[in-house]
Amino acid sequence: MMKTLAQRFAFPLFPLLAGAVIIVAWYTIGHIYGRAEGYDVQRIVIPFPHQIWQALLSEQAILFQAVRQTALAALLGFSAAVLVGYILSMILASAVWVKQSLYPWVLILQMTPVVVLAPIFVLWIGQGLPSITAITFMIGFFPVVANTTMGLVSTDRNLLDLFRMSNASKAQEIMYLRVPFAMPYFLTGVKIAGTLAPIGAITGDLFAGTSRGGVGGIGFMVILYNSQLKIPELFATALVACLLGFMFVGCVNLVHWYLLKNWHESVRRETGI
Amino acid sequence: MTTLDLPEVHRSAPAVRIENVVKKFGNVTVLDGINMSAQQGDFVSLVGPSGCGKSTLLKVIAGLFEISAGSVVINGMEPRNAREEMAFIFQDANLLPWKRVLGNTELPLLLQGVAKDRRQKRAREMLELVDLTAAMDRYPWQLSGGMRMRVSIARALTLAPRILLLDEPFGALDEMTRDRLNEDLLKIHARDRWAAFFVTHSAAEAVFLSNRVVVLSANPGRISQIIEIDLPHPRTALLRETEPYLRLVAKVSRALRTVH
Repeated sequence: MMKTLAQRFAFPLFPLLAGAVIIVAWYTIGHIYGRAEGYDVQRIVIPFPHQIWQALLSEQAILFQAVRQTALAALLGFSAAVLVGYILSMILASAVWVKQSLYPWVLILQMTPVVVLAPIFVLWIGQGLPSITAITFMIGFFPVVANTTMGLVSTDRNLLDLFRMSNASKAQEIMYLRVPFAMPYFLTGVKIAGTLAPIGAITGDLFAGTSRGGVGGIGFMVILYNSQLKIPELFATALVACLLGFMFVGCVNLVHWYLLKNWHESVRRETGI
Repeated sequence: MTTLDLPEVHRSAPAVRIENVVKKFGNVTVLDGINMSAQQGDFVSLVGPSGCGKSTLLKVIAGLFEISAGSVVINGMEPRNAREEMAFIFQDANLLPWKRVLGNTELPLLLQGVAKDRRQKRAREMLELVDLTAAMDRYPWQLSGGMRMRVSIARALTLAPRILLLDEPFGALDEMTRDRLNEDLLKIHARDRWAAFFVTHSAAEAVFLSNRVVVLSANPGRISQIIEIDLPHPRTALLRETEPYLRLVAKVSRALRTVH
């Protein structure tokens, strides 16, 4: 009883304590630096947490717009990655020779760093949302393809035999066996893609972001604030980007949990019978 | 109890006829010169050491494996074309983890394109038969090993098969559960009279269930002995304590020792 009580309080308490320690340390280092180099320099090199908070408040309208833009690009790129990834997986898993001939090319595409491809996308489809979406897509789609294909081709032998014994058609086998069997694999890919999507959208923004029609996305703001030496604002942007990432991953995890909660080992409730 | 509209099969004709069957995997001969037949209502157990090809023989009958020579005839048909007459019960229960008990039971009917209310009605009847009505809405992971096996049996029976192929279905269960399931299986057999081929490692189980025990030897798998089990029906748990039963178990065990 005592132990469970202690554990229950430990959960919110320990991270909060650790956070307090980090903030105290942050202020201490800031002050040491400020004393030595002057507080004007300190504000640019390691701004105090309250300065970052002030920057966040003063820039909130702009940052909100930036997050909205980046979230939109992340969502579009992510959706495309999931959709195209799934379709491609179905094609790859349809026959051994298809996988053998196409998979190496998918790998080559994946091994090419996206930051190298980014300028080419900009060259082809121009600055702005389409390019950013494409870059996000490129980052997210491989995990979906790799995992889903793996799931589709590793269907349990005995279950396949069961379907054969039941005279199931190929379509039935795919619909009632292969697809649900591959679901946990697919969702693992989706989770990875979900983690990568905001990063992809920000990276895309660094290359293809514009402020046309108002403000740019998060990546664009990073470049802008950096060039203006608005470092507290840069930290505030990091904070906002982190929040976006959490929201995105949270939503994806929720879908993952919902779809598998009844049956899969990874998420189901503990007890049986 | 309703049954599906299936053609009546002539009782006299052998349900399964296996002649000179040879099965090779590459250069390895797994089954060699297998001759065997079974009528409707026959309960045939296949016993033998590991690697004697008893599971392979079962899959040959099911048409899941092509044979290298010989012939297998199921009610006048090739195995591949006779699947509607057969049901296969696998080593582990082989249920779909994402479907509930009812969904798993009605799966064969779903694959046959039977309408929802009709297939659920039939699946419910089969679950009642194996005493699982209360667990209908559970997922497989919420069941014990014995219950999972019961679902598997119910699923196999939904299409009212004439031939049941069982591949060591109770091998992973504890002895009490296994005995209980053996008794229940015999009750259903007495009612439905399908022909059964039952692969097992257990001499006791083979004797209890069968009217014929086929002992296979390994490398390559050949029939070494066929033992008729002339114990009376209905067989209940008490049979296990009787002299004739124990003598037959000893006989099968001895036959197994000689082929090991």
